[in-house]
Amino acid sequence: MTAPAIELKGISKAFGPVQANKDISIRVMPGTIHGIIGENGAGKSTLMSILYGFYKADAGEVFISGNRTEIPDSQAAIAAGIGMVFQHFKLVENFTVLENIILGAEDGALLRPSLAKARKSLLELEQEYDLKVDPDAVIEEIGVGMQQRVEILKALYRQANILILDEPTGVLTPAEADQLFRILGRLKDEGKTIILITHKLREIMDITDTVSVMRRGEMTATVKTSETSPEHLAELMVGRKVLLRVDKTPAQPGNVVLDVQNLRVRDEQGVERLKGIDLQVRAGEILGIAGVAGNGQSELLEVLGGYATGTGTITLNGQPIDLTGKNSDGRSRRANGIAHVPEDRQREGLIMDFSAWENTAFGYHHDPRYASGILMNNAAIKADTQEKMDRFDVRPPHPHLAAKNFSGGNQQKIVLAREIERNPDLLLVGQPTRGVDIGAIEFIHQQIVALRDQGKAVLLVSVELEEILGLADRVAVMFDGQIMGTRAATDTDEKELGLLMAGVTA
Amino acid sequence: MDFLTLIQILDSSVRLATPLLLACLAGLFSERAGIFDIGLEGKMLAAAMFSAATAAITGNVWLGLLAGIGASMFLSIIHGLASITFRGNQLISGVAINFLAAGITVLVAQDWFSQGGRTPQLSGAGRFEGFDLPFADSLGSVPIFGPTYSELVSGHSILVYIAFLAVPATWYVLFRTRFGLRLRAVGENPAAVDTAGVSVVGLRYAAVAICGVLCGIAGAYLATALQAGFVKDMTAGRGFIALAALIFAKWRPWSALWTCLLFGFLQAIALRFQNIDLGVITVPVQLMDALPYILVVVILAGVGGKAIPPRAGGEPYVKER
Repeated sequence: MTAPAIELKGISKAFGPVQANKDISIRVMPGTIHGIIGENGAGKSTLMSILYGFYKADAGEVFISGNRTEIPDSQAAIAAGIGMVFQHFKLVENFTVLENIILGAEDGALLRPSLAKARKSLLELEQEYDLKVDPDAVIEEIGVGMQQRVEILKALYRQANILILDEPTGVLTPAEADQLFRILGRLKDEGKTIILITHKLREIMDITDTVSVMRRGEMTATVKTSETSPEHLAELMVGRKVLLRVDKTPAQPGNVVLDVQNLRVRDEQGVERLKGIDLQVRAGEILGIAGVAGNGQSELLEVLGGYATGTGTITLNGQPIDLTGKNSDGRSRRANGIAHVPEDRQREGLIMDFSAWENTAFGYHHDPRYASGILMNNAAIKADTQEKMDRFDVRPPHPHLAAKNFSGGNQQKIVLAREIERNPDLLLVGQPTRGVDIGAIEFIHQQIVALRDQGKAVLLVSVELEEILGLADRVAVMFDGQIMGTRAATDTDEKELGLLMAGVTA
Repeated sequence: MDFLTLIQILDSSVRLATPLLLACLAGLFSERAGIFDIGLEGKMLAAAMFSAATAAITGNVWLGLLAGIGASMFLSIIHGLASITFRGNQLISGVAINFLAAGITVLVAQDWFSQGGRTPQLSGAGRFEGFDLPFADSLGSVPIFGPTYSELVSGHSILVYIAFLAVPATWYVLFRTRFGLRLRAVGENPAAVDTAGVSVVGLRYAAVAICGVLCGIAGAYLATALQAGFVKDMTAGRGFIALAALIFAKWRPWSALWTCLLFGFLQAIALRFQNIDLGVITVPVQLMDALPYILVVVILAGVGGKAIPPRAGGEPYVKER
């Protein structure tokens, strides 16, 4: 029997009082794709950072191809043939692809020969693995998919036999993710060992051979992918049965709540990002906006949410809404009955260094329950936050904790509780479950559906097609600032929407 | 203005630009590696005092230069400890170094020489004298080229030539060597360097050390070549002008050269023409003296395009959790 490419025995690691990894043992066979799945904060990234020499384990041993190996730093990991593609890329933005690839793996004190050699090997790697990049492109001028390929090439250039990818599809479009998986398949065929860290069940089911599940710092199971199911994995991850599909009854659409006609928006450079959008959202329905990121969805949410200006006509319950001027800001929107869960909760939805209760008051400071005159009624805000946290099952339920100390899912619950409990006529939701773990996704989806069932209108923007199809009643597809088509969610499928997302109309 | 006056002003510009250029390149190394350094001024001042004092005591200017570099290096290491090892605030550390240098130089000079915080006048081997390049005399009579060569190019102290040669050397090191690639990378994204298996701390200390050496030469030049001894606050804000020049040059060596020459030129004009009579009004000498500093403010206000500093500049590197 061949020795495992990687074997970890009894790895433990604590950060202060938090036990990130508890006595973890795992075997990864060579030439396989091994998935590691778990919710955010389960300890997946910590484990891989130990393997890559980023952290030092408190206890445990690492065996590479059967040999006990000490990995005190990244240099040792690279020497042991381990390459890592981090979730947040470690690239120098204003360097070229070639410069990034040789950084730290130069052949001598002078750059010229190193660059020439790298250029040659890059061509070979490109042919061997079908990884196309322009060696002279500057990183900040290429897309994330391409940047990720540079990261993979960096590892391959360092002769990596074991490639660890941490949440590689988080920033990719569905098409880019498919391309990545093709590349990974190719690498596996060439005999490389791949460890894929993710919290997305579909990816695990699609491309891994074996999967290990982590929960709260412990390895709860390792199973063959062919012998498991998404439901089973979800249960192992969360520790209870999880509903993977959104449970909802057919919509009962009422009157038109939001009516958008010929909406146009220009960005700071004067480029038209919305090119005449027409859409309607009725009471008691969820309209999903699908599309590859960057096709105008963000601008749509910004204008409706009151922090961008545009031209056109928007009415809410028949009343016109200002698109410019002093009555077009976020406060006016809230007064109109529009609540907004922004796409980027860490930048637009929360102030990360502020506590949960302070964040709960944002945008609603003028609420008489929260303030009298210029004085804030902090006790009332805290009490209200506590109740919201209990109702939305925010963990840990401490209003005094800073927003940054909550996991992604719990941060989203804080934002959602703030916005939904205002009883808005229209809820704008952007990427509700980005970076959110499975258990919380279920809860967040339930809350959005519950709001719909109260007869409210919901406009949902998501780049996750699966989420759109599961949650929305109608789906509008955006491409290049325009709506390519609108379909009933029950009458369409990923294939049709995928074509519309690419700008192809039948 | 006749040709010879122009040559003399340019000659003076070169001399006055030299300390700026050395300090500017010093800052360039440090900031390209992500360590902001507003302590250039203090390092130059300390180097000026200790080089002049050592030269005065030993009578050997080369020992003076070494002492100056040593003093500057010592402050550099303090800055490195504060901002790299202990991940402190780089601006505060720089301010502290400036204050420390401003006080301790006068104190030590007074204690050693009792001349009111000055060092004794240097002469002979205690000072860097200008030296003539080959054929400076014999070519002097050739029109245009002759005086340009013998007056402007030749006749400076060795440190001036070192400063100007440091420009192509810096460019070469930064853009053509492995060390330069890593140095630039660590100022842009230290995490990329760390994950590539290269020591962020090591690179940053190397950059800070180079900064110390160059500041040391700059300070020694002030006290042992441009002037003949140390006087209180003799750097007169040159460290800050060098920083402004660095921003205006967008952290590039060749641009740094032209910017420093411009500042040197302004200082040279102020020295040469005291009150400039423009017929209608007379420009007072105070305004002329203030010109370089006014230019600093103009530069920092963003004239001359947007300057994008190294992206990781000023941020201590902490491995993310």
